[in-house]
Amino acid sequence: MKTLAENILECKNLVLHYSTRKGVVKAVNDVTFSLQKSESLALVGESGCGKSSLAKAIIRLLPRNIEKYSGQIFVNGQDTMTLSEKEFREEIRWKKISMVFQGAMNSLNPVLKVGYQVAEPLLIHEKMKKHKALEKAKEALSIVGIHESFVERYPFELSGGMKQRVVIAMALVTNPSILILDEPTSALDVITQANIMNLLKRLKKEMGLSYFFITHDIALSSELADKIAVMYAGEIQEIASADIFYKKAAHPYSQKLMASVPTLRIDKKPEFIVGSPPSLINPPSGCKFHPRCTLAFDKCTKESPPLSDLGSEHLVKCWLFEEHKEAERI
Amino acid sequence: MNEELLRVSGLKKYFEMRKGIFSSPIYVRAVDNVSFSLGKGEAISLVGESGSGKTTLGKTLLRLYKPTEGQIMVKGKDITYVNTKELMWYRRVTSIIEQDPYGALPSFFTIYRILEEPLLIHKFGNSNERQKRICEVLEKVRLTPIEDFAQKYPHMLSGGQLQRVAIARALTLNPELVIADEPVSMLDASVRIEILTLLKELQETLGISFIYITHDLTTTKYFSERLFIMYAGKIVESGKMFEVIHNPQHPYTEALLKAIPDPDAENRKILRDIPPGEPPNLVNPPMGCRFHPRCPYKMDVCEKEEPLSFELEPEHISLCWLHNNRK
Repeated sequence: MKTLAENILECKNLVLHYSTRKGVVKAVNDVTFSLQKSESLALVGESGCGKSSLAKAIIRLLPRNIEKYSGQIFVNGQDTMTLSEKEFREEIRWKKISMVFQGAMNSLNPVLKVGYQVAEPLLIHEKMKKHKALEKAKEALSIVGIHESFVERYPFELSGGMKQRVVIAMALVTNPSILILDEPTSALDVITQANIMNLLKRLKKEMGLSYFFITHDIALSSELADKIAVMYAGEIQEIASADIFYKKAAHPYSQKLMASVPTLRIDKKPEFIVGSPPSLINPPSGCKFHPRCTLAFDKCTKESPPLSDLGSEHLVKCWLFEEHKEAERI
Repeated sequence: MNEELLRVSGLKKYFEMRKGIFSSPIYVRAVDNVSFSLGKGEAISLVGESGSGKTTLGKTLLRLYKPTEGQIMVKGKDITYVNTKELMWYRRVTSIIEQDPYGALPSFFTIYRILEEPLLIHKFGNSNERQKRICEVLEKVRLTPIEDFAQKYPHMLSGGQLQRVAIARALTLNPELVIADEPVSMLDASVRIEILTLLKELQETLGISFIYITHDLTTTKYFSERLFIMYAGKIVESGKMFEVIHNPQHPYTEALLKAIPDPDAENRKILRDIPPGEPPNLVNPPMGCRFHPRCPYKMDVCEKEEPLSFELEPEHISLCWLHNNRK
C-alpha cells in the first residue's frame, strides 16, 4: 500500500447519513479510496447511488439534516475531519479542493460580469484587492481558452460551452490541486463536450491537476479517468485502474453497466439492467446488489461481502471473489 | 421501402421576431428547406446539436407549428395548411413522446385519467371500451400489474415508469406515426436502453413509424434504420444507419462521430481532433454552407454558395461542396 504522503486525497471509512422525515438516508457507507497527484478518479453509477453526496462529503458542503458524518479524509496527508468549519474554509475548500457543480453553468449570476464572478473566490478566500483579482481572473479565463476581453461580458452573452469554461476557470482561479467535477458536461452537446474534455486533459497535463470526476456515462469516464470506482447504493463496489476496468471489470454490477453502454464503433447490442436501484433508506440486506444480480446465491442475501483484492490495486466487493485475500484496510 | 406514410418537401419554418413595434421583423430560420420521406413501419433518427432545429422540425411535422413554406403529405393527403378542425384525423394517426416525462404528465390526474384523456377528446367508445383500451396499452408498455398503476399519481412513479406512461398515452389511439423527441435524455443510462428497447419492440410488433429525435448518436444505432443529421436548420447528411456511421461523408457528421467516445482506457491519452466553436445563431446563419466557419476542409465556394445535395450512393445524400470535386 502507498504511504499517506504520496496520496493527495485519501478517504477512509467515510460515512454520510442524512435524517429525513421518512427515515435515515444512508447516502455514503464506509467508503475508502485514495487518489495520487495528477491522477484522475472517475466515480460512476446510476443516479441516486450517492455519487454527489460523496463529493459533498469530501469538500464538506453539507446540508443541515446530517445524521452521521464520520471517517477520515486526508488532503496532502492532513486529516481534514479534525479541522473546524472555519479552518476548513480557510485552508482546504477552494484552496486545495475546488468543485465544478452539476449544472453550474446555469447558476452564473445573470447581473454580474463574468470577470467579477471568476474573481470572487479570490476576493473572499484570499482577500485580494479587486484590480489584482481581476487580473488573475483574466489569466484563469485565458487558461480555459476564453479571451481576456470577456471579463467585461455578462453570462447571457456566452454560449453553453463558454459558460462551462467560465465555471471551470472559477474553480481554478485559486490554484487548487484537486478538482471535483460533478457531471461537468451533462447539459452540453457532444462536440462541445469533446472540447471541454480536451481542455480538462490539457489542464491535467500542464498543471498537474487531480480530478475526482463524477458521471453516469462510462464511455465518457474513459476520457479522463486513470482509475474507476463504481458506486452502488452508497458503497464502492469495485475500484480498478482504467486499463484493467475496461478490459475485465469483475463485479457483476460493473459488467452489467459496461453491457448497457451503447457503442458507436463496436458492434454489440446494449442490454439494460433489470430492476431499479434500491432506496437508501431501507437498503437490501447482505450485498446491496443481490436483488438485481443474476449470479446471486444464498450468502449474498445475508452477509455484506468484504472488499477482495484481485491484485494490482483491483478491489471488488463481491462474494464471488471470496477466495482472494481480503483487501488490507488502508 | 414499403408503402410511403409521410413525404416532406421543401419544408421551412421561420419564426418572426420583432425588437420593437415599428421595427421590421427578423426571422429565426429554425427549419430551412427540409425534404425526406418515411415508409410505413419505418424508424428513422434525426440527430443534431441543440438549436439545430430538430425539435421544431418534429413539431412542424405534427402540425403543432404552422409551416412557413413547403409541403407535408400524409398518406397521399396534403396537410400543410389545413385548419385545426380538419386536422382531427391527423391528430389520431400521430402522437408525440416528449423529453421530460415529469413535465409532460399532469400531476393532478391519475395514470388512468391521463390515458383516458385522448380517448375522451376523440370520443372513443363508452367507458367499458375505454377501460379495455387503457388496460391494453398499459400492458403493451409493461406497467403491470395494471391495477397497481392505474390509480397512482405521476409523483408516485420513477422516471422510467413515467416515460412508460407517456409512451402508453401516445399509443392509446393506435397511431401510425410517433415522434419521440429526446425520449430518454432525462433518464439514467441503463433505463435509457430499457425504454429504447421497448420503443423498438412496439415499432416492430405494432408496425408504427417512428421518428426518433436525439442529440445522442450512440443510442440511434440499434433503434432505427435510417439516419438524418441536422445542422443549423438543414439536413446535411442522410442515409442508411450503417453507411452514415461507418462512412460519413459530410464534415459535420465526421466531427460528430469523432467527438463520441467508446469506452476504452486509451481515450484518456489522446486529444480529440474536433472543430472548435458552436452552432450558429439561426437569425443570421453564415452565408453559403452553414458549417463553413467551423469546417476543416473549407474552400472559397463554401463561403458564397449554399452546397447542393449530392447523392453519393442510393439514398446516401450529403450537402457539401467537397463532393463536387470528387464527381
